[in-house]
Amino acid sequence: MISHLPILQVIIPLLGAPACLLLNRPNLAWLFSILVSVLTLITSIALLMQVQAQGTISYMLGGWEAPWGIEYRIDFINAFVLVIVSALGAITLIAAKDGISKEIAEPKQPLFYVSFLLCLAGLLGITATGDAFNIFVFLEISSLATYTLIAMGDDRRALWSSYQYLIVGTIGATFILIGIGLMYMMTGTLNIHDLAERLPAVTASNAVLASYAFILVGVALKLALFPLHFWLPNAYTYAPNIVTVFLAGTATKVAIYLLIRFNFDVYEISAPQFKYMINMVFITLGIMAVIIASWTAIYQTNIKRMLAYSSVAQIGYMILGFGLDSVSGLQASLLHLFNHALMKGGLFIALTAVALKLGKVELDDLNGLAKKMPWTFAAFVIGGLSLIGVPLTVGFVSKWYLVVAAAEQQQWYIIGFVLLGSLLAVIYIWRVVEAAWFKPPKELQNAAGNVTATTSREAPVLILIPLWILILANIYFGIDTRFPVSISQQAAQLLFGGA
Amino acid sequence: MLFSIYGLISASFFMSMDAVDVAFTEAAVGAGVSPLLMLATLASVGRYQKKPTDPEIPKVALLLVIITGILLIIGTLDMPAFGAADAPAHQHVAPRYIKESPEEIGIPNMVTSVLASYRAYDTLGEVVVIFTAGIGVLSLLNFRRRRRNIHLIDDIIAIDEHKILRIVSKILIPPILIFGLYVQFHGDFGPGGGFQAGVIFAAAIILYVLFFGVKYAHQVVNQTFVRVFSAIGVLLYGSVGVVSLLNGKNFLDYHVLAENPTTAQHIGILVIELGVGITVACVMILIFFSFIENIEKVIQELRK
Repeated sequence: MISHLPILQVIIPLLGAPACLLLNRPNLAWLFSILVSVLTLITSIALLMQVQAQGTISYMLGGWEAPWGIEYRIDFINAFVLVIVSALGAITLIAAKDGISKEIAEPKQPLFYVSFLLCLAGLLGITATGDAFNIFVFLEISSLATYTLIAMGDDRRALWSSYQYLIVGTIGATFILIGIGLMYMMTGTLNIHDLAERLPAVTASNAVLASYAFILVGVALKLALFPLHFWLPNAYTYAPNIVTVFLAGTATKVAIYLLIRFNFDVYEISAPQFKYMINMVFITLGIMAVIIASWTAIYQTNIKRMLAYSSVAQIGYMILGFGLDSVSGLQASLLHLFNHALMKGGLFIALTAVALKLGKVELDDLNGLAKKMPWTFAAFVIGGLSLIGVPLTVGFVSKWYLVVAAAEQQQWYIIGFVLLGSLLAVIYIWRVVEAAWFKPPKELQNAAGNVTATTSREAPVLILIPLWILILANIYFGIDTRFPVSISQQAAQLLFGGA
Repeated sequence: MLFSIYGLISASFFMSMDAVDVAFTEAAVGAGVSPLLMLATLASVGRYQKKPTDPEIPKVALLLVIITGILLIIGTLDMPAFGAADAPAHQHVAPRYIKESPEEIGIPNMVTSVLASYRAYDTLGEVVVIFTAGIGVLSLLNFRRRRRNIHLIDDIIAIDEHKILRIVSKILIPPILIFGLYVQFHGDFGPGGGFQAGVIFAAAIILYVLFFGVKYAHQVVNQTFVRVFSAIGVLLYGSVGVVSLLNGKNFLDYHVLAENPTTAQHIGILVIELGVGITVACVMILIFFSFIENIEKVIQELRK
């Protein structure tokens, strides 16, 4: 079975989803989907170890060799992303039960787990495949499942934000499809490896340039690159809390992976001026994302929305590293991919715990809540410190690498902006910490007399355990940086050397 | 109406571009089912919209669209001419499909060879896309368990009206079902396959519901049935792949299914096409039923 790991990675959740539909009991579906996601996680870790041992793995689906059949191609980059996505999938599902049984009507709960597994399978499929059209197919699976998940939020605005995301996401997916179609027209192949070999011959044509533009814009829509991020805050705010945890940690990460893959492996831009221009665009947009989104985050009263804007800012950091166009810059981006999943996953799970108690996460309602839920808010503080980039947390590691990468190219102003972004993060995190820890608890004078009884308890254990796994990972990988650093370094070198 | 005409015209358009199987699907889905769903939506949301107070023309958006359009046309300038034999798309991968698929797969319809064997995994993905769409509709429209056996919509489909339509449809539906099965199992040889067969089959059942009401239709296919079978279709497809895995071959390698390679391909393609057909038909019917339930809910509220 060991040689079939690449495909098992995707088909376990892919076939697990319809099987989950057959169960049709909320608790059974929950247990089953945990089983599926844990198996997926084990597969992805085994896969990463296999890649470390023997280098890039190529897997021919249906036994047909590459350009004719579909190929799965696993190297350091996607093995790394696969671990991130599947780990977050498993952790989120463990924490999901309480939130889901509160937020979603019972007959719909099994459908939630089915959609969740489909979304997981879609994201993993995009990451694992080495075939451009296959990317599109799995993009559709993950997108459709995501729209469904977001629309399940108990706020009516969830429907609207899901619809908004549906329109934007469909435009993005269509653009990617047009880009892939144009590439196929000019080269006659869909395999990414094969495309990379055949594209240079036709690289001067307008059609290839148009396909590059289409894919770039399509992926940028998907990854919520500033200024195409407008769908993200709504989607994250009104989605069921647990969905936000998963999406924040995975969906945009996979889009960034796609951006990296298309830019380094598929298109080789030979004209240096053009390349310089593209990189400047990325750096500028990255900086704008960091500053403007962090600034907007400060003024939010809904904490979910605040963290959503912070996500846009974090994506900015990743794009910044990417735009530096060097091994260390790319390494910083990949590191931040991993680290951001850890910290945002942790922070959003903490919010899930809060929302479970309060029903909403407005800043004013948090006053004094830390005394009632000390574990949850201790976790929030550590996650927040990590988001700011305090030493001994993962947030520091990736920002350090980003600063080093910028210093390598003497781009000092970038360092300034990174520091400014961190300061802004201090402000918005502090607002929450201040409210929760230092303000006196608000009198609960409204009609809901039973609210006082429920708020006095700490969050359920099933939420606390995954929360603290993520938070401890924030500290552990902040001190012992070997694992993410070595993997991301090898991945970045592979992209620059092998491309 | 326009929707339906558009669907029909696209179907003929595909037909003239020699994509008969796409035309099948377009005729059934584009011209038949989707306008119906559109009507169902209109029925549940009301026909008129309030006029916006100050209609402003999005000038920036218009400008952007025009610029993008111009860039697109520039991008297409050096595209290879339509149908040119020396276009890259016909030079690299395609020749092998054309030359060797009759020997490797052994079926005359090359489209099916590519879709169901060379790129079978994409097709699995597409079936899952359809399944996901079904799940999405189900989770959005089915809010609560309804009381059973009350079909308000049947009252609207009055018994004595539409007599001619009923008789004509009674004559038409059996051939449509048989044609669906023919398209399903003849996909190896002529145009067709699971996707087309699924929608044709579903269209026949939907037609039946339109003229005879949900009550009778539910005696044959009910909500639970289509829900279960939409999952089973995907699982059937996937199980072919799992069988290959268990026999030590790569996922969806049909060669494990029989000694003779082409026989194995035949079996594999038939089974996965069946899986596709089941899922597609069930999801289409499932979506239709969900819409109908939604309308019934609206009717209920109106009566109160």
